[in-house]
Amino acid sequence: MTSDGWPLWEVFVRSRRGLSHTHAGSLHAPDAEMALRNARDLYTRRSEGVSIWVVPSTAITASSPDEKDPFFEPAADKPYRHPTFYEIPEGVKHL
Amino acid sequence: MTAVTAGTAESTGAPGGSDAAVAAEQAAYEAVFDAAVAADERIEPRDWMPEAYRASLVRQIAQHAHSEIIGMQPEANWITRAPSLRRKAILMAKVQDEAGHGLYLYSAAETLGTSRDELLDKLHSGRQKYSSIFNYPTLTWADVGAIGWLVDGAAITNQVPLCRCSYGPYARAMVRVCKEESFHQRQGYEALLALSRGTEAQHAMAQDAVDRWWWPSLMMFGPPDAESTHTAQAMAWKIKRHSNDELRQRFVDIAVPQAEALGLTLPDPDLRWNEERGHYDFGPIDWTEFWDVLKGNGPCNDQRLSKRRQAHEDGAWVREAAAAYAEKHTGTHGEAQA
Ligand SMILES: [Fe+2]
Ligand SMILES: [Fe+2]
Repeated sequence: MTSDGWPLWEVFVRSRRGLSHTHAGSLHAPDAEMALRNARDLYTRRSEGVSIWVVPSTAITASSPDEKDPFFEPAADKPYRHPTFYEIPEGVKHL
Repeated sequence: MTAVTAGTAESTGAPGGSDAAVAAEQAAYEAVFDAAVAADERIEPRDWMPEAYRASLVRQIAQHAHSEIIGMQPEANWITRAPSLRRKAILMAKVQDEAGHGLYLYSAAETLGTSRDELLDKLHSGRQKYSSIFNYPTLTWADVGAIGWLVDGAAITNQVPLCRCSYGPYARAMVRVCKEESFHQRQGYEALLALSRGTEAQHAMAQDAVDRWWWPSLMMFGPPDAESTHTAQAMAWKIKRHSNDELRQRFVDIAVPQAEALGLTLPDPDLRWNEERGHYDFGPIDWTEFWDVLKGNGPCNDQRLSKRRQAHEDGAWVREAAAAYAEKHTGTHGEAQA
């Protein structure tokens, strides 16, 4: 039995309360509990985190890597979703 | 939506398409890749990339990862004999960091479609290399200081530009590594300074360590540009940002004043400031020694590899037990906690 039999886990770390968990990296571990312990040793040796999530890499479904993917097209032609789209007379405040 | 998309090695062929169609598709992928590199964008794991780019990255990242974990040995040699509890705690933390660096890098290599076991196999069987600096012995406590200052120092000089490497996972691993390295270099420098300012015997010990580690540290940057087979292509792909000789010069320029502040000399009679170049000139490097150590004839090559293999074999029962435990409890440990 080699570590190849150990699944890959993606590690997400919350650096402090009030912030989201962010992807820190990945590691191999035989189970979730060991993945958490390994993640603590590997990604929070300098108090980089107050909370860790580990997720089996195989559980992640991803969109296409191509940024020009038609998948994202619906967002590209709707500039009116941004506040800068609108013209407001000068001097109008708090808008 | 599916996780399988164009960009993986398996899906780039056009099944049933004509040769011309396949070639056109290949050219289109290549154009996208070239444009991304030219625009200084990062290449990510599932992007299409030339096979040679992938192979070159695997070779470089694997060698880098192997260097991190083999590099634990020469320093670990002194953990039990560190001169104080403070130095011992620092050294343990440093050696543990190097293990972490190895793991970040193996993870980065795995995103390219290789497995960790395959990489370890290649290290153990001598088919992949590690930095030849770790084939030198650590004869005295001062060597721990000299390694931190010079070897980690040279590594930092090499690694800082790699934070902007075109391959995203490698660049991100380097950002983490570089953040941790600065403590490595400073603790080494501080340890050497303590010796240099100590008794006459301690000062001599520090000087001796620097005398032995200086030239091998300069060799860490690799062969001169004229003889470096990989440099030009790696720079074109923006894996490397500077040539070996450029980085070596940068390191010498940084190290000379640091040596002066230490009250130690560097073992090179040709070392002097060149006003015209704005750099320090330094003497010729003994490349026969470099190639000899690389071929396996350094003082510690056999020792380093056999110790690595031994550690791997000795850990087999732990890996087996953990896997057996996981299997027995399948389904009961699957939840991550927020
Ligand atoms: Fe390191
Ligand atoms: Fe280091």
